[in-house]
Amino acid sequence: MSRSQRIRLSGMDFIPGLSGALYAPDFRALLVADLHLEKGTSLARRGVHLPPYDTRQSLLDLEAALAEARPERLIFLGDSFHDGAARERIDHHDLATLRAITTSVETVWITGNHDPAPPDDIGGRIAAEMALGPVTLRHEPKALAPGESEIAGHLHPAAAVYARGHRIRCRCFIADERRLIMPAFGSYTGALSVRSEAFSGLFGDFHVWMIGGKAIHRFPATQVR
Amino acid sequence: MSLPQRFLDWFSARGWAPRAHQLAVLDHAQRRESVLLISPTGGGKTLAGFLPSLVEITERGSGEGIHTLYVSPLKALAVDIARNLEAPVAEMGLPVTVETRTGDTPHAKRQRQRQKPPGILITTPEQVSLLVADPHAAHLLRGLRTVILDELHSLVTSKRGVLLSLALTRLQALAPEAIRIGLSATVADPDALRAWLVPSGATPAPLVLGRPGAKPNIRILSSVERVPWSGHSALYAIPEVYEEIRKAKMTLVFVNTRSQAEVIFQALWEANEDNLPIALHHGSLDVGQRRKVEAAMGEGKLRAVVCTSTLELGIDWGDVDLVVHVGAPKGSSRLLQRIGRSNHRLDLPSEALLVPSNRFEVLECQAALRAAEANAQDTEYPMVKKLDVLAQHILCRAVAGPFHPDALFTEVTSAWTYRNLTREDFDRAVDYVATGGYALRAYERHAKLKAQPDGTLRLSHPRLAMAYRLNMGTIVEDEMLKVRLAHVKRRLGKRVVTGGRVLGEVEEWFLSQLTTGQTFLFAGEVLRFEGIDEFGALATRSNDREPMVPSYQGGKFPLSTHLAARVREMLSDPSQWKQLPPQVKGWLSLQRFRSAVPKASQMLVETFPRADKHYMVCYPFEGRLAHQTLGMLLTRRLERAGLQPLGFVASEYALVIWMVRDLSLLVSAGRLSLDRLFDEDMMGDDLEAWLAESMLMKRTFRYVAIIAGLIERRQPGHEKTARQMTVNTDLIYDVLRSHEPDHLLLRAAWEDAAEGLIDASRLSAMLRRIRGEIVHKALDTVSPLAVPVLLEIGRESVYGEGHDALLAEAANDLIDEAMRLV
Repeated sequence: MSRSQRIRLSGMDFIPGLSGALYAPDFRALLVADLHLEKGTSLARRGVHLPPYDTRQSLLDLEAALAEARPERLIFLGDSFHDGAARERIDHHDLATLRAITTSVETVWITGNHDPAPPDDIGGRIAAEMALGPVTLRHEPKALAPGESEIAGHLHPAAAVYARGHRIRCRCFIADERRLIMPAFGSYTGALSVRSEAFSGLFGDFHVWMIGGKAIHRFPATQVR
Repeated sequence: MSLPQRFLDWFSARGWAPRAHQLAVLDHAQRRESVLLISPTGGGKTLAGFLPSLVEITERGSGEGIHTLYVSPLKALAVDIARNLEAPVAEMGLPVTVETRTGDTPHAKRQRQRQKPPGILITTPEQVSLLVADPHAAHLLRGLRTVILDELHSLVTSKRGVLLSLALTRLQALAPEAIRIGLSATVADPDALRAWLVPSGATPAPLVLGRPGAKPNIRILSSVERVPWSGHSALYAIPEVYEEIRKAKMTLVFVNTRSQAEVIFQALWEANEDNLPIALHHGSLDVGQRRKVEAAMGEGKLRAVVCTSTLELGIDWGDVDLVVHVGAPKGSSRLLQRIGRSNHRLDLPSEALLVPSNRFEVLECQAALRAAEANAQDTEYPMVKKLDVLAQHILCRAVAGPFHPDALFTEVTSAWTYRNLTREDFDRAVDYVATGGYALRAYERHAKLKAQPDGTLRLSHPRLAMAYRLNMGTIVEDEMLKVRLAHVKRRLGKRVVTGGRVLGEVEEWFLSQLTTGQTFLFAGEVLRFEGIDEFGALATRSNDREPMVPSYQGGKFPLSTHLAARVREMLSDPSQWKQLPPQVKGWLSLQRFRSAVPKASQMLVETFPRADKHYMVCYPFEGRLAHQTLGMLLTRRLERAGLQPLGFVASEYALVIWMVRDLSLLVSAGRLSLDRLFDEDMMGDDLEAWLAESMLMKRTFRYVAIIAGLIERRQPGHEKTARQMTVNTDLIYDVLRSHEPDHLLLRAAWEDAAEGLIDASRLSAMLRRIRGEIVHKALDTVSPLAVPVLLEIGRESVYGEGHDALLAEAANDLIDEAMRLV
């Protein structure tokens, strides 16, 4: 990844990864948004039995991202757990994986609307927001005060472009010079078009970094459909 | 055979006599034997099916509960069939009550039908499943005597038929006395249908044949215009088709796809100097609109209808005296069925005109004409043993009440379709329904089926029964959006668009590609896309003459194996070329001179350079699906051989692959063997590796997941649309494949893909056929035979290019643009 993409925000460089994680070299921190662990099992009570392997897959992907970036800190941007009962449903094998991760790196769980109170017996500390130098990390994007900048999750951005008559849609990072929104990391999390209502008013002249199979591709707003 | 006097009088009052096959069916029914009637349309087939029930009810009363179930695949026809039946019932004064029950039947009427069941209930396959899932099914069906299955040839080739076959096993258990009467058009293998109709192991149902009609009169349009090299629009022939419509009383113009229907309709309308009433009928149009067209046909108010297979089945509307088939008919049986829509009097020959849309189709039409003259049938074999359908039926059984797995296994395997089901697969399906069937036993506490002390399984919650009723069925549609004709107003200088009347439905993926202002052809009009609101797409009328044509999915039938063999045979034998139009004959003669014309057993492979690329064209004649799969697999092989393939395009007849390096050179140097390249072993690991990653497989998995009930399309209380489904099935597919690759649903999806979208068995058979029979011609330039498929490049989507390559290219285009501006 010698020619990896960079996203600049408040004078700092961030490196978007193929996994959907974001690396902040200045702080040796890896950021991960919207893991939604145990989303698969969340509908069990209704009799919907989705393959219960989404947590395992998400953790495998997370371990791979950690092995590649070798960060000192790991910061989850909220909605790490799909609901309040996720902790009770999580398989012991997956729980052990999660604990091993929080033991190996300094971990922060930022709270989200799905997990206002993440489990406190897995390791790491819990915070509503945190500062990474000049940038605020939080779950839901907020109206920014002058001079403020943020990195958020919550919206699960995806973008589509046209290439040779094909419409290609991928998860993406989206950012302008003040705000960056990360794609959802979890293996069962869907994605929302950056052209949808939920994104309106959040960005000025933005770019997207689309996550392809082998590389990340940057497109300006004018090319995004 | 005993037809009561009342019936004989009714026949003779109309100047009719009961037909031999009607009496034969009656005879079998009176001996309480199931029976299969195969008869061309217009032979009084429907009446033949009903006659035994009418006679029995008249003579012995209708008994308790429903006496006769009549099952037709076409929901829209139930009302028409009921009306057609009510005429003889009223005229003879028979004590028979006839009612319909479809997905549209209001709740109150269903309730009433439960309390006071009609003698004859006309319904659809899905409703039969719902009926046997009813906890009161045993009571309702205690007096069931006859089950009539209409259009059986069409039902048995789909999952609807597979589901129906399972519902029939339930009927058999509840009403063992009931017999089945199958009504079918002519099929290739009547014995399969005879076995399908009765419990497995029983003597196949006896076959009754209707009298064949007069031989059809089929012509191929010999146009004075130049027949195009490729494409499917057949626009060159519009003036001649219009002239035929003018000469006929009522013409049906059949086409193969909905988009073709739109194009042809539009072109006919422009040629319509006499303002003839010409209408359009296809599956995407609003139901109300379709019913209007059908009614106008019935009243003789139309001169022509451009239609797809929507008008292929069912009762007759109007007095059709000419069938025009635009594009090649793809199969002999399909052609005969469509031609049968004209002149429904058996003693008169049907009139048909075939209009090939390109040169290869001239060959195919000629082959179809010969096949039809020989009355050769090439219908598909009945579909069997679908695991997703089995899962749905197990839930259906549980909704009806507690069941013992041993008993259900016996019952299920009594269906001919599931006669080879192993107990292991059955148990896995039960386990899947109960808990998802995962090795990681995450759902034991929330199982849908709970074991009882007596060994039976029962539904764990009433909510599941409601969810079943909302989600059952095997028809999985692509996500569709309604298209509404919008009004544009100017308010404060702003353009405000508001929705109006619904024109029909279009696949969401098609609409999502449009941007405001782009035009497309739909419902016979050029429309301007205005945007999407919460109710669907909005469009306004446009004056554009050249629209962007809607490219609906589906509706493309592959060339039947039977016709393919005939086309190869005709191609190989120059003595048969005399029947072809001079321009086509000239084309083939030039091919023989410039390259080669292969023998029927051979496959021709041509290689040649063009521009800065090298091309390989082969001609298997096995249909687009099989060719696409072949293209995918060959591309992988060529990649490994270092030839750097860039892409490929498949047509019905041929496959072209283009690459960076010179294939001719490698072959002549003996460094690459074409026999090795086309070796059947490509159907192993390569196929598996490609398929697992392909979009085809994801689409197939989505269908399977919905039918098997993994995903609920609708939830009790609030109806959700398909796109709001809880979790995207593509994501589920990826996760399941990584963690439990031998899961029941993955196997079901794999089997479906192999049978359907990739046509694996056909491709295997072809590869075996051409072993040692490859004729290679290294040419300097493109051959006459290769021109059509090369022209498809750019029109058809190109396979073999990863999204990353396209994305990188799109990003680079932009850089180029930016640099030019500097």
